[in-house]
Amino acid sequence: MYRYDNYDKAMVDARVAEFRDQTRRRVEGHLTDDQFKPLRLKNGLYLQLHAYMLRVAIPYGTFNSTQMRKLAHIARKYDRGYGHFTTRQNIQYNWIKLEEAPDILAELAEVEMHAIQTSGESIRNISADQYAGAAADEIMDPRPWAEMIRQMTTFMPEFSYLPRKFKIAVIASEADRAALRWHDFALRLVKNDAGEVGFQVFAGGGMGRTPFIAYEIRDFLPTGQILSYLQAVLRTWNRNARRDNIHKQRMKILVHELGEEEFRRQVEEEFQHFLAMGEDFPQAEYDRIAAYFTPPPFESGLSEEVDRSDPDFAIWLDRQVVAHKAPGYAIVNISLKPIGQIPGDISADQMDLVADLAERYSFDEIRATHAQNLVLPHVRKRDLYAVWTALNEAGLGEANLDLVTDIIACPGLDYCSLANARSIPVAQKIAERFADQDRQRDLGELKIKISGCINACGHHHAGNIGILGVDRKGSESYQLLLGGSGDEVTSQAKITGPGFDEAGIVDAVERAVEQYRRIRQPGERFVDTYRRVGMEGFKEAIYG
Amino acid sequence: MKILTGNDLKNGRVVWWDGTGWSIHIEDAVDVGDQADAILAREDAARRVNGGYAIDAEPDPAGGVRPAHIKDRIRAYGPTVRPDLTLKPADPTAGNWVI
Amino acid sequence: MADSGNPLPQAAQDTGALRFRDDAVPDEPAVSLDAFLDQANSFSVRIEAGDDVRRLGPVLDRVRLVEIDFPKFRDGRGFSSARILREMGYTGEIKATGDVLVDLVWFMRRCGFDSFAPDMPLNLADVEAALNRYPHVYQEAADGAVPIWKLRHPDLANG
Repeated sequence: MYRYDNYDKAMVDARVAEFRDQTRRRVEGHLTDDQFKPLRLKNGLYLQLHAYMLRVAIPYGTFNSTQMRKLAHIARKYDRGYGHFTTRQNIQYNWIKLEEAPDILAELAEVEMHAIQTSGESIRNISADQYAGAAADEIMDPRPWAEMIRQMTTFMPEFSYLPRKFKIAVIASEADRAALRWHDFALRLVKNDAGEVGFQVFAGGGMGRTPFIAYEIRDFLPTGQILSYLQAVLRTWNRNARRDNIHKQRMKILVHELGEEEFRRQVEEEFQHFLAMGEDFPQAEYDRIAAYFTPPPFESGLSEEVDRSDPDFAIWLDRQVVAHKAPGYAIVNISLKPIGQIPGDISADQMDLVADLAERYSFDEIRATHAQNLVLPHVRKRDLYAVWTALNEAGLGEANLDLVTDIIACPGLDYCSLANARSIPVAQKIAERFADQDRQRDLGELKIKISGCINACGHHHAGNIGILGVDRKGSESYQLLLGGSGDEVTSQAKITGPGFDEAGIVDAVERAVEQYRRIRQPGERFVDTYRRVGMEGFKEAIYG
Repeated sequence: MKILTGNDLKNGRVVWWDGTGWSIHIEDAVDVGDQADAILAREDAARRVNGGYAIDAEPDPAGGVRPAHIKDRIRAYGPTVRPDLTLKPADPTAGNWVI
Repeated sequence: MADSGNPLPQAAQDTGALRFRDDAVPDEPAVSLDAFLDQANSFSVRIEAGDDVRRLGPVLDRVRLVEIDFPKFRDGRGFSSARILREMGYTGEIKATGDVLVDLVWFMRRCGFDSFAPDMPLNLADVEAALNRYPHVYQEAADGAVPIWKLRHPDLANG
């Protein structure tokens, strides 16, 4: 994985010093809260319901054991012994003190981590396929490009105050594990007929109160022109977006208002202008970064055999382990969705354990996923039983990847000052309802995603079953949505009808799920059945 | 009744106006009548509280004060999904007050 | 630790105005973009956040001062306006007015602003600290700073 050189280190250290100074000015009264807020947000520090919250970037979801141990240390020393993995492959802490935030950033910098641009109206942390570098189906590792784009977009002066946040994702396979087209700007590495690698480019996606699926703005962009193209997109948006209504300033709204063709035309014009200026990073810089992502020294001649005699292990193996590109190796998914627990939460002790396992069994690499789980990307098949045993003893042995209990949920009203309703208790109750292993496996892939407000951090628009918490006359109410997807066949979920209270939404989910089980055809996943029969095929079962 | 709340500037903790200062206990909150704006302006300027605001509340039949909106009851109690991290970790039924 | 540093101009210490230029200060009040395009004898123009600065292209020769207004610091359109002016070859003064946050001054300098007259005076010590905070830049802009990638590949860079 990428390592900082002295330049990267100097930039992050400078940001720590700057934030320390900004914090001092706030505490001493030289900055009002209105002035300080955008400054702390550009460095991932929110004021939430119970305390400050710090969001730490995990660039393209890749990190190592040293970094994970530092995250555990921060959880113990500065927070309350745990952290929360988010839907954008980051981690956040819920109980931070403003006066300690600069010290936390200094500790993070020691292990080449930061909170730069993890919130606010900025170019956010780049997300990527969590299986990058390990997946059998990728054409190349997308992370060198993600790292290049990270550097291009760090402290970009012209885009210091964008109309809203800007989210980028990069993948390199047909299968989409990163919810690509729900991003403002999304790149898929592809090969053209001549065998050259380039980007298929999507623009204008996003969730929030007005969801849009990104459209293909360019079918093939030579990789070496990405900075010019990205700047063209950003400038077109920065100059033309509305500035009078924060809810209408995301790029998706501009794309919608201008129309896809006109937006493409304007970007193309600006692109030619940027190309002529010659600011793109050269191949040599790509090569320098890519060298950090050369595959680890996989052993050859390893056995493909795995002893399945322990039935609990066999269940986990079939659910959590997926094919690796190297013979004798496997990709291990670690569920952060134990039944009844808080989706994405992990204790400091569990972090340390995952760090130990990564160091010992996975070439020191860990990945965070947008579904709020973790991955050990490079595990020898012969070590799988040892890894499972250790995970299981630490409460991380759940076998529910992509099943009905593998629920994405935002922090909701238990933590978040924007939320209208709690998300976590709904996720817990649904998971408990469907806890039976046989029932889960019989239902197959079924992605439930829960947001506690229309900002949609819980990706409810992309849920096969989506749940949106709303405030109904001062009490919590939940809308049910069906048919969304964040994979390569992206679709937006639709609202079923009137909302439910907390107990009612769990029952309504079960009625929808049971309807699927009744009417599904062989081989159909929940979303396939929905696409075949539509809302009408579910509505009566849900509402009676 | 009207009560005042906000977060401590330095440590972010939820606080309630108790008539002379800021308490972390909702039970200490006092009715400020029509003095909300004046108190908040003074306290914000003194940087004793961050993002202070006035909310509706009512005396709690069980004693203390009950904010009208669930958001402020969760702020007063803590995350309902982590009772161990709330102000009343020893009372397993304390979370019922939120709903 | 920027080696050459970014010292504040002496005038700043004396007058509170912040101007990073040695030439004479234009004394004509700036007029709106429409008025400027109409009046061949004006040489100072005021760009509002929504104005298209590229309209100045045909008359760039007579521009001596461009004031770019920030109606609120959250409105970042002025950053693009300044950089586009420099891309067009404009070398005269670009002054930031309105709601200018000291924490954004470094980015403004990078986009080509070389003078500042905000509604609220800036704390000059904070400005100096902000301008000297970052030792390097990751990408090119309008200030000629050499990006990190060129420092990493001195064989490729020609200056």
